[in-house]
Amino acid sequence: MSDHEYTPKSKVGKWFNDRLPLLTLANHLTDYPTPKNLNYWWTFGGILTFCLITQIITGIVLGMHYVAHADLAFQSVEHIMRDVNYGWLIRYVHANGASMFFLAVYIHIFRSLYYGSYKSPREVIWIIGMLIYFLMMATAFMGYVLPWGQMSFWGATVITNLFSAIPLVGESITNWLWGGYSVDNPTLTRFFSLHYLFPFLILGLVVLHIWALHVPGNNNPIGIDIKKPSKDTVPFHPYIVIKDAFALLIFLLIFAFFVFFSPNILGHADNYIEANPLVTPAHIVPEWYLLPFYAILRSVPDKLLGIIAMFMAIFVLVILPWLDTSKVRSTVFRPIYKQFYWFLVADVLILGYVGAMPAEGIYLLIARVATAYYFAHFLIILPFLGFKEKTTPLPLSITEPILGGSPDMAMAKNNFNYKEKL
Amino acid sequence: MSDSEKKKPNRRDFIVTATTAAGAVGVGAVVWPLVDQMNPDASVKALASTEVDISSVERGQSITVLWRGKPVFIKRRTQEEIDSARAVDLSELKHPEKDEDRAKNPEWLVMLGVCTHLGCVPLNDKGDYGAWFCPCHGSHYDTSGRIRKGPAPTNMEVPKYEFVNSNTIKIG
Repeated sequence: MSDHEYTPKSKVGKWFNDRLPLLTLANHLTDYPTPKNLNYWWTFGGILTFCLITQIITGIVLGMHYVAHADLAFQSVEHIMRDVNYGWLIRYVHANGASMFFLAVYIHIFRSLYYGSYKSPREVIWIIGMLIYFLMMATAFMGYVLPWGQMSFWGATVITNLFSAIPLVGESITNWLWGGYSVDNPTLTRFFSLHYLFPFLILGLVVLHIWALHVPGNNNPIGIDIKKPSKDTVPFHPYIVIKDAFALLIFLLIFAFFVFFSPNILGHADNYIEANPLVTPAHIVPEWYLLPFYAILRSVPDKLLGIIAMFMAIFVLVILPWLDTSKVRSTVFRPIYKQFYWFLVADVLILGYVGAMPAEGIYLLIARVATAYYFAHFLIILPFLGFKEKTTPLPLSITEPILGGSPDMAMAKNNFNYKEKL
Repeated sequence: MSDSEKKKPNRRDFIVTATTAAGAVGVGAVVWPLVDQMNPDASVKALASTEVDISSVERGQSITVLWRGKPVFIKRRTQEEIDSARAVDLSELKHPEKDEDRAKNPEWLVMLGVCTHLGCVPLNDKGDYGAWFCPCHGSHYDTSGRIRKGPAPTNMEVPKYEFVNSNTIKIG
């Protein structure tokens, strides 16, 4: 795993490392050569790790006070909010933490789309990332059901009913998921169990995600292959650690704003009404981070096809490394793709907006156009663009555009001199 | 191992096949209880039927009762509603069903108040057909609970029910 032989300095360290090479791993992680031109869009991996740990810690604490029972869940959440010491804080961090987690993961995904981080040799990192994203959505959905408010109940009803569209076995599958003939207590208890489990599966996948990342190393803003270690790289510690820490602090400012100043702005007032199986709220809307997929679901007039379209919207992302035929990774050198990239960003934002609106009239029309464009981007534009587009010349190394020339030894020496002067 | 031994099944191949088969059966026997525990349990199934007193329901009025965790609409229809439901040409319907088959006693329409799209509860006296409208994704149902417009694939389901006497309906 390590790029060079590592021997701990102390005798005890050496004794231990010969038996379990944890220190070698730590050394690999601190010395890990990182492209020196990584910008702030690369700090979201660290931010996401922080988000996952925050969700796990606050979640474990909430689990000490929450009661997973249809008759008691709603009250136990209010009990957490009113009676438990700092319960309000912990719950608001957990609830808003989910939104922050998704905010960060969307930036992380769109960074990858911009700089072509999903392309060879990083396909496996990307696919593991998509699995994490999918598990995140499942976890967030089940977590949203736990307070047993109106949105919890009806959100759960709508989403689990998606499976009833499957021909022949649909009804058996939904009854199996529910443990009954509707969303009820058995559904709540199993969702609690799985909501507790999934973050640890995500944690395991994160380890694989980082492991897979450390095989080829980081992509970088100009997307070219670099030699490691070389003058194009800096060790992870302290350079990237400090940069990640600074970005995390800025991110925490935004996080804290939501937690302390508008903790409910991302939720729905309807979820402060206890679940009632006889009354459906007038507008059922999922959490903001699921809205684009919800818009795609609703834009198709057929039940089964709508659900297929929604799952396909995620699946096209999984196979993206093979849909994008361009050999050039970074959008910096792809003038035409750059425009389509921003069209896609706008398209997803539009889908998110119409997903929150009623599915009728002009909104339905916009949703249909945006859904068609979403699939066209991945299934038509990307494959063709790779052959047609004339890309601008790639530099030979990260330093070349700044210092000129090729990365030869003399230049490397100059670079070291320059560093010493600092 | 020589080539001839590879081609001809020997006693070891038999042991491997038999062990794998027995193992597969064993794994299946262990996995099935873990899967089946999620299916509706005995206590849920025990609540399979419910009796409803309908003596106080006026013409044109609809009541909603809970059966197996789901709302059931019991609507005492007016003559106009019955007529409009029965006048519909079956070829116009997405899910053709005669009103006569859905409401044995034309005055009483009993059905699951669950939209067949994604399970929301439709609102009464709403929508293009003056009957039920689902607010979630805009499905319109007629006075027989049949889907007329919108994403829902089928008519609202008529559960098994019977009139115990003229004032009581037993659902389930």
